[in-house]
Amino acid sequence: MKLTTMHDAIAQYVHDGDTVAIEGFTACIGFAAAHEIIRQGRRDLVLCRMTPDLVYDQMVAAGCARKLVFSYLGNPGVGPLHAIRRAVEKGIPNPLELEEYSHFGMVGRYIAGAYRLPFFPLRSYVGSDLPKVNPRIQFVESPYGDGPVAVVPPLNPDVAIIHAQRADVHGNTQLWGLLGAQKEAAFAARHVIVVVEEIVDEEVIRSDPNRTLIPGLIVDAVVHEPYGAHPSYVQGYYDRDNDFYLRWDEISRDEAATRAWLEEWVYGVRDRAEYVEKMGRETWERLKPAQAWSRPVNYG
Amino acid sequence: MSDYSPSEMMIVAAARALAGVRTVFVGVGLPNVACNLAQRTVAPDLELVYESGVYGARPARLPLSIGDPALVTGALSVCSMADLFGLYLQGGRIEVAFLGGAQIDRFGNLNTTVIGDYARPKVRLPGSGGACEIAIHAKQVFIIMRLSCRSFVERLDFLTSPGHLGGAGERERLGMPGRGPQVVVTDKCVFRFDPASGEMVLVSLHPGVRLEDVRAEMGWEPRVSPDLRETEPPTPEELRLLREELDPLGVYRS
Repeated sequence: MKLTTMHDAIAQYVHDGDTVAIEGFTACIGFAAAHEIIRQGRRDLVLCRMTPDLVYDQMVAAGCARKLVFSYLGNPGVGPLHAIRRAVEKGIPNPLELEEYSHFGMVGRYIAGAYRLPFFPLRSYVGSDLPKVNPRIQFVESPYGDGPVAVVPPLNPDVAIIHAQRADVHGNTQLWGLLGAQKEAAFAARHVIVVVEEIVDEEVIRSDPNRTLIPGLIVDAVVHEPYGAHPSYVQGYYDRDNDFYLRWDEISRDEAATRAWLEEWVYGVRDRAEYVEKMGRETWERLKPAQAWSRPVNYG
Repeated sequence: MSDYSPSEMMIVAAARALAGVRTVFVGVGLPNVACNLAQRTVAPDLELVYESGVYGARPARLPLSIGDPALVTGALSVCSMADLFGLYLQGGRIEVAFLGGAQIDRFGNLNTTVIGDYARPKVRLPGSGGACEIAIHAKQVFIIMRLSCRSFVERLDFLTSPGHLGGAGERERLGMPGRGPQVVVTDKCVFRFDPASGEMVLVSLHPGVRLEDVRAEMGWEPRVSPDLRETEPPTPEELRLLREELDPLGVYRS
């Protein structure tokens, strides 16, 4: 039984200076966990994510990070991430180091980390300036005579935080919709915190084993946190709050407004339950998804 | 005066370039609309592939981002990004990919990383995302960008995604599987690439646009095809699909 509270999971598994991966590509982004990390005042984190998104913009604004490892730095479809830009360009609230890859490079880093390989070979980066600014992207000669091939080093986060639809109390976790690089990030990490919309019986998991992305075997803590991925979305549970992504563009342009937002919505609430309550019923009504059930399959 | 916007002309021209194509790697914004329009017109068998891991999307409404939940509902397959980049893209299954950027040069090389010096950028842009490997592996790359001197530059500040690099033949020498950029659709005109030099060649001007208008917005003197013609304007049916089904809010009307 690994069920615990968000407060305790973060207190136990996220420490100052840690390398942290909160993954989830557009969907299932662990905002509730990020806010708890901010509330507990973690510092000097190395934050890894393919798309830093608003979640790392907020953590950087709160002064949690010293370095960002990423492949796409933006508020998708909206514009730049202003807090991260302030940190990079002006050192506000503290300087921020960048280490950048392409998407396949980041995925490859997690795969090498998860497989415990010394590097991941990929056919990318040829002709690009990226290897010139990131010396960790290298080329090696194929031992089988196929010429040079790009390689990226393994990424083994101290902790990966994975948001999903459901898990049992042992951490057997089922995820559907966009799968991003969650499985690879989880298997690469030393510790895994799983945050879910619903806790279900082990029989529910066993009734559909193909849907289990992450086994309890690698999970340290399970947190039950409904709406824990808002303003991102969870397929079948709530839609993406696109209005908030637009609003963040306005808020985050201004340093004082960003601080005020963190004050009200992160420091000013005890936990995610209070945030959900404060957002109000109309938000959750607005984000209610349509019904599109899959047909059951016969595992007998 | 025409009764369609430059954006609508761009979308229609890009959609037509997809005639007969089977798999397209879709980006956000204009390419998204263009691919959805092509699926309803010139390429009914077109399967939309998104780097978020979606193959064969049939979105009920126009998706707002490449990770929109509407792309998942009713798709043929949703896979991990490892599978998407490894099996679909690097595996050679993508015929056409749409790319764009803040800067492009005459060989179709793209910059989405920084304006200015990398260490002390004037503007920090999003970076590669999947563009670097997409540019290498898609069999053909189609580019959609608005024409302006700030974007069509003599020299990139940073080369994120390789086009024809220094000229024709360089991609082959480096062992890149894809053929690189084939067409650049702008709000004023369409370029293709000269197979002998790998350089962009102006092939058509949108209705009402003069050659001087194009020259004025470019950082180099463009080569002009001897068969330079006028782009076919959008048909009433293309505009109806765009306005009633794909862009009912009129985002691309102005």
